[in-house]
Amino acid sequence: MVGTGTRWVLRLWVVGVLLFLALPILTIIIFAFDSSTVQSWPPAGYTFHWFSVAFNDPQVRAALILSIKAGVAATIVSMVLGSFAAFGVHRFRFFGRESISLLLVLPLALPGIITGLALQSAFTFAGVQLSLVTIIIGHTTFCIVVVYNNALARLRRVSGSIHEASMDLGADGWQTFRFVTVPTMSTAFISAALLAFALSFDEVIVTVFTAGAQNTLPLWIFGAIRLGQQLPEVNAVVVFVLLFTIIPVTVAARLTGGGGLTRSTLRAGDDLAPPGTPAAEAQEEAERVPVGAEMPGL
Amino acid sequence: MGIRTSAALWRRPWLRATLTLSPPLAWFLLIYLASLVVMLITAFFTVNPLTNQIEHTWTLSNFSQIFTSTYITIIVRTLVMAILVTITDAVIAFPFAFFMARVASPRVRQALFVAVLLPLWASYMARVYAWVVILSDKGMLVWTLNHLGLGSPHVAYSNTAMWIVFSYIWLPFMVIPVYGALERIPESYLQASADLGARGWRTFRRVVLPLALPGVVAGSIFTFSLTLGDFITPLLIGGANSSFIGNTIYNNVGVGGNLPFAAALAMVPIVIMAVYLLIARALGAFKAM
Repeated sequence: MVGTGTRWVLRLWVVGVLLFLALPILTIIIFAFDSSTVQSWPPAGYTFHWFSVAFNDPQVRAALILSIKAGVAATIVSMVLGSFAAFGVHRFRFFGRESISLLLVLPLALPGIITGLALQSAFTFAGVQLSLVTIIIGHTTFCIVVVYNNALARLRRVSGSIHEASMDLGADGWQTFRFVTVPTMSTAFISAALLAFALSFDEVIVTVFTAGAQNTLPLWIFGAIRLGQQLPEVNAVVVFVLLFTIIPVTVAARLTGGGGLTRSTLRAGDDLAPPGTPAAEAQEEAERVPVGAEMPGL
Repeated sequence: MGIRTSAALWRRPWLRATLTLSPPLAWFLLIYLASLVVMLITAFFTVNPLTNQIEHTWTLSNFSQIFTSTYITIIVRTLVMAILVTITDAVIAFPFAFFMARVASPRVRQALFVAVLLPLWASYMARVYAWVVILSDKGMLVWTLNHLGLGSPHVAYSNTAMWIVFSYIWLPFMVIPVYGALERIPESYLQASADLGARGWRTFRRVVLPLALPGVVAGSIFTFSLTLGDFITPLLIGGANSSFIGNTIYNNVGVGGNLPFAAALAMVPIVIMAVYLLIARALGAFKAM
């Protein structure tokens, strides 16, 4: 139904959108190597100097360490809670089951500022000092849904009867978990962990409200841009952060075929695998067999 | 876990359900929902101007303050920007998603999928900052326009700059659900439409567009909600008259701030989103996500 003329217009459009998506990221990478201290186009010359400046800046280091601590802790807690939620929702039918997905996705669907301010109000009310712990609590709250979505999507593809078969063959709960559940779930879990970490490592809005006086790396960047100082150093840090978030996400995409990356799945388990990948074929396979895929709508 | 415990648990599904579901539910009820409730309650408190302490006396003054012209202007500005960004993203994303879903070969489709998803995960601060650099008076945009003989317009620190940057940042959130909706349209529908005599454009308007609408609405939830709650882009990209609801909330938090007023103001995006989600549900967006 698409004519040749339309095809060409669409192609041009796609190229335009791709440029729009890629140019800013390329620009910032180029500027990280700019030898000038003023950010003007075109760059004056090329240097690695700003990377060493950033690396040797104690503030940047402290912020990086805080970000990693928060990211790792939030990932661990959300892995536990998110997979518990996914197992529970997948295996059992109970009143209010449909609302659980909605509840878990709320911190991502509502503006981040709501989650941030709500947590801060509660911390203030309860007299809790803002610290690393409060950052972790904030990050965990929105990371749980990433783990939940990934785990639930995988559970829906794996037939539940293999667990029953394992039990029938005499395995106890732990053995079934160790030899059946873990192998079938492992890539989904790894990908969920990587995505949760990337989400936490990059978060600004909730962190602003839960961090107190300490800076995570995104908060340091935010502060530096506002003050308009150390901008060449900011370029280098920003490029580092780009790599640090993109690498785990790329690995996660390879593990799941990109399904867990859409971020926008309100309906857990209905992830979009890129067509042509093994994950997409598995998905089509799964769609042919209705595995309790009723919608947890609103 | 011993075999006896497993067997005991197997016979009592409600016990297993309780054990697996209570930790995550407890987290959400005790931390997240409780915090939202505390925020709602805080909105009715006041700050003592002398001691800067929050006083637990009930008042509606925070809410009546919202309905003064200063804050109405800010709310309207935020809302208009969120609508504008949503429309822009829908317009940019639709042909792109259409190409991905119905024209591209599987190989190209996969490459495009990655090209959309990577920026979605690339650091938010990095992407906003890239635009600070691009839009500045010495930046790439002005330089390019200048060399094309189009003059050197002042874009930096304006609402136009904010509109460009928001549209850029949230674009992937629109592409993915629209692609999903378009990809799900069965080829036979299009053939049926053609058999019944509808030509390309008519099929598009009468078959493809209505079936893709839930996808567009699903994407709009994210572009709309994310713009509504942002305060970083207005602060770094916007100018003197670019303050958002989020900026006022942000400025009222911390030392010398007015947390109860911030809490009351936060009810505005919550109410707007609640209304928006109800409309979205009516348009079938949740089935498209």
